[in-house]
Formats: sequence, C-alpha cells, structure tokens
Amino acid sequence: MTTIGKFFRTTAIKLSLIYLAVFAGFAVFLVLYLNTNTATLLTRQLNDTINAEIKGLAEQYGQRGLPGLIALVERRSRQPGANLYLLVNESGNVFAGNIARISPSLFQNVNSEPKEIRYRLIEEGTVAEGHTALVRVFELRGGFKILVGRDVGEREALQEVARQTFAIAGVLLVILGLISWVFVSRRVLKRIDAVSTTTQSIISGDLSRRLQITGSGDEFDRLAIGLNAMLSRIEELMHGLKQVSDNIAHDLKTPLTRLRNRVESTLAEEGKSDGYRDALEMTIDEADQLIKTFNALLLIARVEAKAPGEAMDDLNLSQIVDDVAELYEPLVEEQGMSFVVSTPDKAPVYGNRELISQALANLLDNALKYAPMETCETEGTSEASSKGAAKIEITVQKNQLGSFLTVSDNGPGIDEDSRARVLQRFSRLDSSRSQPGSGLGLSLVSAVAGLHNAKITLQHTNASSIDSSDKSKPRGLSVSIQFPEQRATANNAGELADIK
Amino acid sequence: MTLSDTSAGNTNRFALPSRNAHETPKEHMKILIIEDDQEAAKYLVKALTEAGHVADHAADGDTGAHKALVYDYDVLIVDRMLPKRDGLSIIEDLRERDKQTPVMILSALGQVDDRVKGLRAGGDDYLPKPYAFSELLARIEVLARRRKPEDVETIYTVGDLELDRLSHTVVRAGQNIILQPREFRLLEYLMRHAGHVVTRTMLLENVWDYHFDPQTNVIDVHMSRLRGKVDKEFDKPLLHTVRGAGYVIRDDNR
Repeated sequence: MTTIGKFFRTTAIKLSLIYLAVFAGFAVFLVLYLNTNTATLLTRQLNDTINAEIKGLAEQYGQRGLPGLIALVERRSRQPGANLYLLVNESGNVFAGNIARISPSLFQNVNSEPKEIRYRLIEEGTVAEGHTALVRVFELRGGFKILVGRDVGEREALQEVARQTFAIAGVLLVILGLISWVFVSRRVLKRIDAVSTTTQSIISGDLSRRLQITGSGDEFDRLAIGLNAMLSRIEELMHGLKQVSDNIAHDLKTPLTRLRNRVESTLAEEGKSDGYRDALEMTIDEADQLIKTFNALLLIARVEAKAPGEAMDDLNLSQIVDDVAELYEPLVEEQGMSFVVSTPDKAPVYGNRELISQALANLLDNALKYAPMETCETEGTSEASSKGAAKIEITVQKNQLGSFLTVSDNGPGIDEDSRARVLQRFSRLDSSRSQPGSGLGLSLVSAVAGLHNAKITLQHTNASSIDSSDKSKPRGLSVSIQFPEQRATANNAGELADIK
Repeated sequence: MTLSDTSAGNTNRFALPSRNAHETPKEHMKILIIEDDQEAAKYLVKALTEAGHVADHAADGDTGAHKALVYDYDVLIVDRMLPKRDGLSIIEDLRERDKQTPVMILSALGQVDDRVKGLRAGGDDYLPKPYAFSELLARIEVLARRRKPEDVETIYTVGDLELDRLSHTVVRAGQNIILQPREFRLLEYLMRHAGHVVTRTMLLENVWDYHFDPQTNVIDVHMSRLRGKVDKEFDKPLLHTVRGAGYVIRDDNR
C-alpha cells in the first residue's frame, strides 16, 4: 500500500499523469470538434442533395406528368448507391420507390425539415435490413407526395473512423505517457534522486560528498555546481568549527584542570591565609588568561567565517602601520631592540582598521618575544638577551598587486616544514614552549589576511645570505602580507595561506 | 577582559579599590544594575557598595526600564540580554524620552559589531563579559562624571601641573614640558579624569582607539615615558599606578 502510495507520489508519475490528462483532454476536444463539424457539414450536404433531387423531380413531374415521374424514379432507384424514393398518392398507395412501406404519419407533415428515419431498402424484390436515412417529403400537384431521402451511412462511417482514431490516439497517448514517465524518471529524476541520496549522506555526516557533474552544462549541472560550492563552504566552516571545539577541548581543559588542582590543593592546606591569597590571585590570573584565549579563539572563528559586521573601509595601510608602530615603539626600545619602520605616504588597502592593527600587533608581540632568543647563546634572563642586536623591521610597500606589509625580525625564524603549522590554532613550536603564549597569534594574522583576501608568506629574513645547512645561526622570521588592490573580489577565502 | 598587571606578583593586587586607595573625596554614585543573573547582580551590588556607592538592582527588562525612567540614577549598568525586554531597547526608550543617564552596557557577545550596536542605541560605554570589576568600576566612575560641565574646560590642572588644550602646552611648576602628540593626548585623558582610576583598556580605547588587548603591556611603557617627563624632575609624583586596576593622576595634598 505504502509502496504504491510512494510510487504515485513520485514526480515522474505525477508529471506523466498530468501530461497524459492534458493530452487526453486535448485529443478528446479535437476529435469531438472534428466529429461534430464533419457531421454538420455532411448533414448539410445531404440536405442539399435531397433538396436538389426534389426540385429535379418536381420539375420532371411538371413537364412530363405522373408517368414521367414514375419512370424517372424507377430508373434512379435502380442506380447503384441511389437515393431513396417513395411516391405515394393521397390515400397512401405506393406508386414507385425503392424502400419498404413506412409509417404514413411521416407523410402528414409535408415540406418540413428533413427527418431521420429507419427504413428498409427493396432490392430485386427482397426487403433488406433496416438503415437510417435522412428524408424529406414533398407534395406535388394532384395530392401526390414524394419522399426523397439519402442514407446516412457515409456520415456514420465517418463517425466510426473518428471513434477509431480516438481509440488509437488513446492507446498511443497511454504509451506516450508511459514513455515520458520512463524518460522523466530515468533520465531526469534519477539525477534528482542522486542529489537527494548525496544530501542524505551529507546529512548523516559525510560532508566530503559532492554532487555528480555530468559535464553537459544543463540545469542540473549548474545546480550541482552551485550546491557543491555551497557544500565546500559549509564544510570549510564546519571544519573550522570542529577545529575550534577540538582546540577548546584540548587546550582549554589543560589550564582549567591546572586551575582546579591548585584550588583543590590550597583547600587541602589548612589555616594558611597567605597561601589562600596567593592561590586566589593566581587563579584570577589564569582565569584571565583563559578568557583571553577564549576571546582570541572566538575572534579567529568569526574572522574566518567572514561574519558580516566587520566594517570594511578604504584605508591607508601606512597610517595603520605608523599608528601601531607608534604604540609599540617605546616597548621595543625598552627591550633594547632596534626598530625600523618604513612606510610610503600612501598604501591603499580596503579593510578593517581594528583587525589589521591587531594582526600587526600580534606579529610585533611575536617578534618581541622571539627576536632576542638567539642573540644570546645561553638561556638567560631578558636582561641578558636584550644585549644582542635584536632588530624588528616593518616595511610597507606599494606594488602592482596592491599594498605589501612585511614584519621581520632576526630571531631564530621558522623552518620551512613548520611554517604551515604555525598558522594553525594552538600550534606552538617546541622551541617556543617555554615562552608564554596561547599559540593563537599567527592564526589570527592568517585569518585576518584571509578576510582581506591577502596572501601571507613566511620566510627567513636573510634566507639568501645564509647557508641553509647551518641551522645554528639565526635566520630570522619575515612575515609578509600582500594586500590586494582595493575591493578585490571577496570570494576566494579558502586557500589563502601559501607558504613558500 | 583586561589582563591585569601580570608582572606584579604582590599581595593586594585584586583588592577592590576602596576609598582609601583612591584617597579622593568622592561623592557616592547611585547606580542601577539591570541584570538577570542573580549571582552576578548580587556580586555587583556588594562590590559597588563596598566601593562606597549605592547600588540598586532590577532583575528583568521591564522593572529595569521603569526604575531607570522614574528614579534619578547617576549610572545605569545594563545587561545586553534580559528577560522580557532587550537591554538595547531600554536604552533607546530612555533616550527617546530624553533621559540622559549614562549607560554602561554589559554583554556576553563581546564582538565588534555588538559594541557598535550598543553605542548606537545610546549606550555610553561597553564592556564585554567577563570583565574585571576594577575595570567596570573605573569606567562607570568616568561615565558618571561625564554629565558635569568640567569637560568643556580648556585648561586642566592637577597640583602644579597645568595642561592647556587649546595651545597644546603643558606646564609644571612654571616649567614647560615638551610632549609628543600621543603623550599629550595620554596626559589630557588622565587629567580629564583626574582623581579617577583609568584602566589600560580605557587608555588604549580612548587615546589610541584600539579595542583589542596587546599581549604585552605596551601601555605601561608609554606611562613610564610620560612619568619620566611629567614626574621625574619634580619631587612630588602626580601619576600613580593603582595595582590591579590602572593609573590615576592626582595631587595627594588635596
């Protein structure tokens, strides 16, 4: 029952039935129309024939009298496919004719419109089977009445043809309907079915599935291409989301556990109020750090999702860089590093000042953290490491592609194989584990670059001058962001991190 | 939100800034807290009372809107998401009825556009949750003063330090002090709120127009530079660090 119900609910059968009904309706109309029109036409022709015959006979009667008329009727009656004749006198006696006696009442209304009657033909003295004819009675002088008629068999035959045509057409229609059903269900709806099957498997969790594209370029291909693009975007976002939740699970649980353990162990120590105070302060510190990490994560996710609401403006990258550099300059100098900032007057960029500033701030925070690391051979205090010639350089250039921002330091740099990794969330290189940080700084930079359709590149600051096999020497990190010409198409977000 | 001074590992860092800590003769504020989280509201009322203010609490949007309209508060602290009525609609309503009580918006959303929306609705300041109480206190104290006409003054004076906003000159004890433009704005902001604690985040927002937290304490270095110019060669320091909160400029003799 349900399978039949399902069958009738499919679009294929619905479409086929609708087509069938429409065509059948049209065919019925056509046949009926033809039928009535031809019937009318034929009836009129019959009438004309009958009238002409009557006229001819009446003339004959006028010229040659009764015997002439009888002779004419007799002669015409014998012709093959003859009209029907019946000549009677006032009392109803038959004088001539080729049909069997019929009801005398017919002769009462004379000169009326032609009538359809049943008659039997007399041929060679025998009485044939009954037929239908269209007849008319005409009164002649002297009380004679002549009936002239014509068999309607032709008309009937034509109607029969029409009926047959209709029957054949009906069968053809059903066959055509079946064919269209097969075609629609096989060729067209199969693809829709494929779409819904794919959709089902995506719903059940397999986000990597894509719709098939046949390459015919028809509506289904276009639909599939559109849906696939949508799926890719969704997968990308889902992936980001999953990564965030994984990250949260992993990297936020650790400090939370630490925090909890500290509180627990403090509670276990009795009666030391000083210890309580220290523990609480550390707890707040750690909670603050957690909140910061959490906020950074949310911001990255938001920027990566390209959430609307981040106002984009025509900005001058030089101005942004100068402002951030001005904010950091005292700090860099205090750390005993040299700070070189070179910006042209104008470097147009279409973007969000706050986010670009924050990305730059993150890069500077990193440079401040890592640049002094290798200037001092031995692990030491910040006092000692600041003695070296640590250097941070920010450059803004205008090129044919747009605006180009570079932040370089002369710290240890990042090895080629690790470069893709450092842009991911929470990834921290082993060498930096001892430093404070959440591992989110560069991820935000990468996300911000993505939002601006900018390309981020990580290199060694002095890659060319140093022998790559000599890894003990600091080669420095140089992070470049190529901002596109203003208002470039904001579509291709996905593959932004191209690592050289 | 603000990362408190991490370098200091001393005691009392997170003590609520009390009247003693500020040592400024401060009129207490009447504050209305519109917040549906009972726990958070209770904590706020307690902390604000301890800081010497009078705090009132409304647990839902309707009550809050009614109280804010009928009574005269110095500051409203409005949670963004409230039962019965959205926090922003309360603010819009108040502003429409020409009630200009300063409003601090608290929001768990904490995103750039959320902040913009809040300020556009007529809020005066915005703080994403979770926040440090010291940050909230510093901000509402500044907000409460905003109504007063001191802002139109062209010359700020703290002790023997004088800042002329029109001629961009700073003089201390008759001695001219040369400041960089940003240092001038930093000092100007501090002096406008003389006697009141301003946090690092407030400085970053108002002097540099950034709404993010740099990992490193960039503000502290700027402050120490400013100190070097304003306080160093004079016997009495005017710029003070408030542990766990921020900075304040004040003349201790007054």
